[in-house]
Amino acid sequence: MTATTTDYLLHARDISKHYGAVVALRSASLAVRPGEVHALMGANGAGKSTLVKILTGAVRPDGGTITVRGKERTAHSPAEARRGGLVSVYQEPALIPDLDILSNLRLTETPIEPFRHWLEELGLPGLDLSAMARTLPLASLRVIDLARALAIEPDVLMLDEMTAALPANLTERVLEVLNGMRGGDKSVIFISHRMTEIGSVCDRATVLREGETVGVVDVDEHSAERIVELMLGEAVDQQEALAERHVVAPEQRKHAPRVSVRGVALHPRLRDVSFDLYEGEVLGVVALEGQGQDELFDVLSGWERPEAGEIYVNGQPVAFRHPADAIRAGLVYVPADRAEALLMQRSVKENIALPFSSRVPRWGWIRKRKEHETVTNSIEKLQIDTRAQGEVRRLSGGNQQKVTIARWVASGVETLLCFDPTRGIDIRTKNQIYVLLRELADSGAAILLYTSELSEIPLVCDRAVVIFGGEVVGEVDARHADEPTLLKAAHNIGTEKEAAEVVTETSTVPVGEEADGEEASQ
Amino acid sequence: MSVAETTPETRPAWFRPAAWANLFRERPIVPLLVILVVLVVLSEVIRPGIVSLNWAGVMVRAAIPLAILAACQTMTMLTGGIDLSVGAVASMTGFVVATLVNGPGLWTGIAVALAAAAVAGLINGIGVGVFRVHPLIMTLGMSLVVLGLANVWQLAMVQTGAGVPDLFRRVGAGMVAGVIPYSLVVFVPVAAWVLVTLNRTGYGRLLYAIGDNPVAARLAGVKAWQVLIVLYVISAVLAGIAGFLYSGLTNVASVTLVDSALLPSVAAAVIGGTSILGGRGGYGGTIIGALILTVISSLLSSLGYPEAVRQILFGSMIVFVAAAYARVTNES
Amino acid sequence: MSAAVTTPARAASGRTASIVSALRRSGWTLSLLGILAVLVAITKAIQPTFGAAGIQGLAISVMPLALASVAQAIAVISRGIDLSVGSMMALTSVVSASLMEDRGEGFAVAVVIGVLVLGLVLGAINGTLIVVTRVPDIVVTLAMLFVWAGCALLVMETPGGASAQWLRGLTLGPLVNEWIPKAAVVMLLVVAIVWIPIRRSRLGLSMYAIGSDPLAAFRSGVSVGRTKILAYALTGLFSAFGGLSLTATTGIATPVPGPYTLMSVAAVVLGGVSLSGGRGGVFGPIVAVVILSLLRTIMTFLNVNTNLATVVQGGILVGVVMVGSLIQLRRKRG
Repeated sequence: MTATTTDYLLHARDISKHYGAVVALRSASLAVRPGEVHALMGANGAGKSTLVKILTGAVRPDGGTITVRGKERTAHSPAEARRGGLVSVYQEPALIPDLDILSNLRLTETPIEPFRHWLEELGLPGLDLSAMARTLPLASLRVIDLARALAIEPDVLMLDEMTAALPANLTERVLEVLNGMRGGDKSVIFISHRMTEIGSVCDRATVLREGETVGVVDVDEHSAERIVELMLGEAVDQQEALAERHVVAPEQRKHAPRVSVRGVALHPRLRDVSFDLYEGEVLGVVALEGQGQDELFDVLSGWERPEAGEIYVNGQPVAFRHPADAIRAGLVYVPADRAEALLMQRSVKENIALPFSSRVPRWGWIRKRKEHETVTNSIEKLQIDTRAQGEVRRLSGGNQQKVTIARWVASGVETLLCFDPTRGIDIRTKNQIYVLLRELADSGAAILLYTSELSEIPLVCDRAVVIFGGEVVGEVDARHADEPTLLKAAHNIGTEKEAAEVVTETSTVPVGEEADGEEASQ
Repeated sequence: MSVAETTPETRPAWFRPAAWANLFRERPIVPLLVILVVLVVLSEVIRPGIVSLNWAGVMVRAAIPLAILAACQTMTMLTGGIDLSVGAVASMTGFVVATLVNGPGLWTGIAVALAAAAVAGLINGIGVGVFRVHPLIMTLGMSLVVLGLANVWQLAMVQTGAGVPDLFRRVGAGMVAGVIPYSLVVFVPVAAWVLVTLNRTGYGRLLYAIGDNPVAARLAGVKAWQVLIVLYVISAVLAGIAGFLYSGLTNVASVTLVDSALLPSVAAAVIGGTSILGGRGGYGGTIIGALILTVISSLLSSLGYPEAVRQILFGSMIVFVAAAYARVTNES
Repeated sequence: MSAAVTTPARAASGRTASIVSALRRSGWTLSLLGILAVLVAITKAIQPTFGAAGIQGLAISVMPLALASVAQAIAVISRGIDLSVGSMMALTSVVSASLMEDRGEGFAVAVVIGVLVLGLVLGAINGTLIVVTRVPDIVVTLAMLFVWAGCALLVMETPGGASAQWLRGLTLGPLVNEWIPKAAVVMLLVVAIVWIPIRRSRLGLSMYAIGSDPLAAFRSGVSVGRTKILAYALTGLFSAFGGLSLTATTGIATPVPGPYTLMSVAAVVLGGVSLSGGRGGVFGPIVAVVILSLLRTIMTFLNVNTNLATVVQGGILVGVVMVGSLIQLRRKRG
C-alpha cells in the first residue's frame, strides 16, 4: 500500500468502541480508494457492523479518526453522515413500517426519478410507491433501501449483509449494479459472508478479527484462502484446558436419545431439521448466521411453537406452549444475549434463584437459608466474581453469562440448550464455560451448543450437525474436524469445484418469505 | 474486563458524589427520610410551635390512606404497569358500605364492597395479563365502568339513605390520646404484608422480574398472566381498604371521593423511588413518599398558600425526583 | 405480493390502486363514520324531534373533547402520551377568559393569538422535559398535569371571566343552513388548516416515523428529540384550541381540569390511533368523540340511566382495545 491518505476516499484509523465491559472494536482501520468495491470481512462479532455504524454516525466511537477525501470528519448522526456522502444500508432495512414508500423517500429527501431508475436496475420495476413498507416482504424492503441509498449518489455506500435475504435473481442484479460502480469515483464497502460474491465484485478486502484490522488483501482467485486464514487467526492455545476431555464411547449411544427432533420447521428460516441428542454428549450446531438455528433454539426452548415436526423427550412426544413447559421437560436455555436472560437491575442471587419461584406453588415464603446454599453452590461452581452483587448489569459480560448458566446449574441440568454462549466474552471465561459444559456432559447432561466461533466446535463438542438453509445438511465428527473443514461444511461446500454451483443454491434458499420467490420469478 | 472491580479510592466515602449516587441507588429510603426530616424542621421554622405529637398524629392519619393507595401503584408499577382504577374502586367501596350499613349490615357491606373490588381487579388482570391491553387503558376503562356502576347503585339506593358507618369513622379519623391514629390498626398489617410480599416471597420476586425484563422472566418459566391477574386483584382489594379509610376520615360517602387522591398516589410511588418502567423500587420508599406529600400539603396550607402552589410543587417534585433517579440509575 | 409485476395496465391503474390503498388505510375512520351514520339514524328513529337543534347542541358539547383528542392523537402518534392535556386546556381557558373580561373585541384577537402561542410553549416545555430528563412521557406529563392545573388555579380561583362576543359567535348557532352547526365547521377548519399541512410536511412524516420505528427514523436522518418536542408543542397548541373552545362555548372559564385527558386517551384508542405509535390520524378520534357523545344522547332518549352511559363508554373502550390486541396476538402467531 503505497497510497497516501489523500488518495483514499475514506480512511478510518484506529477506531475503538466499548459497550460497557464488552469491547466491540479494539483498533479497526479501513482505507477505501475511489472507484473500488471494498469487502469488509470477519467472523461473527469481529466488529464489522459496529464499524459501519460508526462510519455512518449511528454510533459514536470512543477513539480514532475518520477522514473523507482527505478531510477529517466525525459524523454525529446518520443525517450528518448522509450529507457528508456516507450512506449505509443496514441489515434491518431503515424504512418506516407505517409510512408508504413515497413518504419514506420524502423523509430521507430522496429524488424519485433516480430511485425509480435504480429500482429498475435492481430488478423491482413498477413498484407501487403507495404501498405501506409494513406490507412488503423483507427482500423487497432491502432492495428499496439500496435503491434509495443509490439514488442520492453517496461517495461511499456501505452494504451490511445486503445479499443475505435476497433470492437469486435479485442478488445477481445487486452484484451487477455494484460491478458497474467499479472504476468510477464512488466506492462501496461490502460486507458479506459469501466468499463467491466477494470474489466476483470486490477489489480489495479488509479483514477484522476481534475488533482489530488484521489484514488487507487484494481480491483475486487465490485470495479466499488468505482471507479465511486471516479471519481465523492463530488458533489460541485452548486445547490444553480440555486435554482430558471425555469422549462418548459408541456403546453409550445405545441408550434412547434424550431429545429427538423430527422435521421441525418454523417461519421464516427453519425448514426441516431432524437430529437426536444423547445424554452425556455435547452436540454442536454448525451454521452460518441466519440458517435457521435461531428458530431451532426458539422452538426447543418453548419460546415459539413449531409449524411442523415433532419433538420427543425421553421418547415421549412433547408440545411446548411456553418456556415453562420446556423447563419442566428438562430443556433449559442459555441465550447469546445476556440482556435477554438477565434481570439487569436485580442481584446475582435473585437472578440465579428466578426459576425457583416461577411456579404458583412456589410463590410463597422464600427459605433464605436454603436458597443461599443453592445459590452459593452454583456461584462457586462457576467461579462467578460476585464483588458487584447488587446489580447484575455491573458485572462483566463473562460473569453475566456465568450467571445465566448458574441459574440452571443450581437446579440440576438435564438438557442444556446453549446458543452462542461465549459471544463477546474474554478468553479465560470462555475456557471456564467450555470446561463446565464438558463437566456437565460427563455427569450425564445432554448439551446442544450452537456457537458462531467454529474453533469451539472441535474443542467442546463430540458431534456436530451442520445446518444450512434451514435444513440439516450433514453431520461431522467434531473431535477430528479442523476449522477449515467446518467452515466449508458451514458454507455447504465440499470442494472448491462445487463452489460455483453453490452460489445459485445458496441464494435460492428463501431466507425471507415464500412470497419473495414468487416475486422474483415474475 | 470487568467493570465490577472497584478502583481503590483514597478520599473518604462521604466526599465522593459517586458515593451519594450509590446511596441514592441502593438505599433510596435514606435520602427520602432526610427530605422528610428537613420538611418537618422547615415546618417548625416557618410556623414555630406547629410541630407537636398531635400534629405528627394528624400527618400520619392523613398519609395512611394515601400510602395504601400508593401500595397499589407501587406493586403495579414494579411490573411496568399502573392502576388508574384505584380512585374509582376506593370511592366505590366506601360508598357501597355506606349504603348497606343500615340495611344488611356493616360486615355484609364490607364483604360486598371488597368482592366488587376484587371483580374489578380480576377483569383488569385478565385484560392486562391475557389480552395484553396496556395497563393504562385497561384500568382507565375500568375506572369509567366502576364509576358508572357506582352511580347507578347510588340512584338505586337513594331512598335507603347512606351514612358512613361509625366503625369507619372511628378507625379512619379517631386518634388514641390525640396522638396515635386508630388507622394504624389497618395500616400496619397491610404495610407489613406488602413489604413481606415484595421482599420475602417468590411472588414478590416475580413482580420485580416481570418489570425488569419480561423476556427473561418468560425464559425462566414465569407465566406472566398468572402473576398479573393476582396482582390486579390485590391492587383493587387494597384500594377498597383505602376507600374505607377515606370515607371514615372525611365522613363522606361519595362515588368520586377518592378521585383526587389518584394522581398523588402515583406521585408518592414515584417520589418513593419506584420506577414506572418496572423492576425497581419498593414499598418502604412509597410510605415515606406519602408522608412527604402529606407534610408538604399541610405546610403549604398552614402558610396560607393556595391549593395551586401545592399542585405546582407536587408536579415539579415528580419531574425532579424522577429525573434524579433516571440519572443516578443510568450512569454506569 | 405482486407489487413487483409491471405491465402497462398496472401502471395505468396506479392511481386507482393508490386511492384504494388510501381508502384501506382510513378503513377504521370510515367504519367509524358508518357507525356514526347508523347511530344518527337510530337517534332519529327513537326521538323524531331530534333535529337541527339537537345537532347544534351535540356539536357544541363535543367541541372541547374533540380538540383534546386531536391534541392527544398527535402525542400518541409520535409514540408519546400527554396526561396534561386537560390541565393545559384549563390553563389556556382561564388565561383567555380572564384577559378578555371587560376588554374590547379587538383586544380579544390578540388574546386568542397569545393563548395559542402559550399552548405551543406549554407543550414544548412538556416535550423538552421528556427529551432532556429521559423520564418516561407518562411520568413527565403526569407531573405537568399538576403543574399546569396549579397554574390555572393561580390565574383564577373560581370559575369566572368572560369571552369576547365574536369568539362566542364562532361556536354558537348555525352556518348557512340550520343543519350545519358553526362549532363543527370551525373545529374542522382549525384542525384541517393546522394539521393537514403539517401532516404532509417532513415534520409530519418525522412524527409518524419516530412513532413507528425510532431506530429506523434515526437512521433515516430524523432528529428524534427535536421531532418529539415539536410534536408535544403541537399537542399543546391543540390543547389551547380546546381551552379556547371551552371559553367560547360556555362564556366563562373553570380552573379545574375537566375529564378531558382520560377521555381523550379513550377517544384516541377508539379512533384507530395505535398506542404504540406511528399509526392513525386525527380525524378518527374526532369521529370517536362524536360517537361516544351520541351514544350518551341516545341513552338519554331511551331513559337509560346516564351513568350506565359511562359504563358503556368504559366498556366500549376496554372491549375495542381487547379485540384489537387479540387480533394483533393472532397475527403474530399466524
